[in-house]
Amino acid sequence: MNAHQSLAVGQPIERCEAISPAAAEPDGMVRFAGISKTYPAYRGKPGVNALQNIDFAIPRGSITGVIGRSGAGKSSLVRLINGLEKPTTGRVVVDGRDISALAGRELRLAQRSIGMIFQHFNLLSSRTAADNIALPLEIAGWSKADIRARVAELLALVGIADKHDRYPSELSGGQKQRVGIARALATRPSVLLSDEATSALDPQTTRAILDLLANINRELGVTIVLITHEMSVVRQLARDVVVLDAGHVVESGHVADIFTHPKHPITQSFLAEVTGDSLPVSLASRIVAEPSAGGQAVIRLGVRGAGAGDTLVARLARELGLDVSLLAARIDEIGGQHVGSLVLGIPLGISGGAEATARTLAFLFQHQFPAEHLGYVA
Amino acid sequence: MSPELINLIVQATFESLYMVGIAALLGTAFGLPLGVFLATSRKGELFAAPIVNRVLGIVVNATRSTPFIILVVAIIPFTRFVAGTSIGSTAAIVPLTIASAPFIARLVEGAIREVDGGLIETASSFGASPMQIVFKVLIPEALPGLLLALTLAVVSLLGYSAMVGAVGGGGLGDLGIRYGYQRFMPEMMLAVVVVLIALVQLVQSAGDYLARRVNRRLRHR
Repeated sequence: MNAHQSLAVGQPIERCEAISPAAAEPDGMVRFAGISKTYPAYRGKPGVNALQNIDFAIPRGSITGVIGRSGAGKSSLVRLINGLEKPTTGRVVVDGRDISALAGRELRLAQRSIGMIFQHFNLLSSRTAADNIALPLEIAGWSKADIRARVAELLALVGIADKHDRYPSELSGGQKQRVGIARALATRPSVLLSDEATSALDPQTTRAILDLLANINRELGVTIVLITHEMSVVRQLARDVVVLDAGHVVESGHVADIFTHPKHPITQSFLAEVTGDSLPVSLASRIVAEPSAGGQAVIRLGVRGAGAGDTLVARLARELGLDVSLLAARIDEIGGQHVGSLVLGIPLGISGGAEATARTLAFLFQHQFPAEHLGYVA
Repeated sequence: MSPELINLIVQATFESLYMVGIAALLGTAFGLPLGVFLATSRKGELFAAPIVNRVLGIVVNATRSTPFIILVVAIIPFTRFVAGTSIGSTAAIVPLTIASAPFIARLVEGAIREVDGGLIETASSFGASPMQIVFKVLIPEALPGLLLALTLAVVSLLGYSAMVGAVGGGGLGDLGIRYGYQRFMPEMMLAVVVVLIALVQLVQSAGDYLARRVNRRLRHR
């Protein structure tokens, strides 16, 4: 809803540190330098190059989305950050510490400053909500009194103070993930990793959980890394994005920049999930190749950027004197930028001539809207 | 049935309970850690030691495939070494323990392996040591399964204990053989069987109840 309401306003783009190569970004919260990860062949299965030539930094205090199809290497990437896996080559530096070089007790201490939430919540069924949140504190050796106070604080933070004594089997999916978030934040980490944390939730609950994560980022300053295959998650929450495909980073930068000018086919396919390149069925079935008298030419144009397309239909009508009709439209907001497509009907007149179509296309070209002539409808 | 015979049954019942109780405790003391280790020591697991895992697995299988009556006789020298004698209820605890420990270990391994691997990863992700993972995650999460496993082990031990009469271990099984079979007293045989059935029922019901009590995966009403 938000995106559509703000369509006419054209919000200014929020500026923040861009993702850049590790070398040029000494203050990144998480830095990958020359990372590759290979899983050796095992029991007849061939080896897998899960990640190759990974070099980027995640800005301190940012919310960064790592998006990719399944098997792109997302899970390996996130497990390198909290030291659950070791890179085959390269270094992973988290908050100034080379996590890939740590082992044993040192690694366990470092892991306390990195929280993680999971797709299937991974709560202990034998512990209440409060005791689940207490677990990392028990492991870190906190006193009982300190644990009790901290758990109460965390339950309030995630908005489920009344679920203190409930077991996971008595909680809804959204409530379970709130417990998971509280548990991940218990030891006051500087990084929160989210591994498909909303993939098992319905859209409404997903929105609530993403809002909660945004609040946490804003109020606690925790750097959030979102691993996801869902464009909607990146769109709603992330300011920076890393697009992974087949173990490579194919694009990275501000969400607004990446998705207004997607270069890689994978990025474009993710964008299509939001902008919907496909036409409504009722319209698509009516499109024909030949013009007819009194019909309309069908033109699809892409909309990219803040405020783009806001006044386009009105200007076409005014400047070209055409009764342009809007056949279909889908516009959404990504990182404060409008992204989507419009399908316009250009009247052909009684003669059925193509002159109006040519003028419209020229106008769109002149104003740098990518346009495509799809055919005609009667 | 005369008071003397009833007295015999009561005495035999206590002997059985003594042997089974102590053997179950000792069997758990050895079987639980062994089972946890078997469940966590394959390649890539918490205490990865694939070769030790393989060797222990073979030892466990070998013990379990030896018929109990043969085990009892075969380890008599060891029993004498441990218990000071090879005859009587206390001596019988030795073979009962040796038979039950690997059995319990396999059941424990199964129960521990039932725990969602994601929970191990979760605990690791916030810096839990392997021991903390065992005591704070694996055992509490597997508790319902562990209690059912112990119940099954106790019921099996009641069956095994019937055979230790062969080395003068006493107990209900021994009573049934000596009086019910060899002296042809069917009422004694019947009484022994009835007491055993009652004991098994009692143990199973108690185990089921406890397992249900600690199982938080079910919604509580």
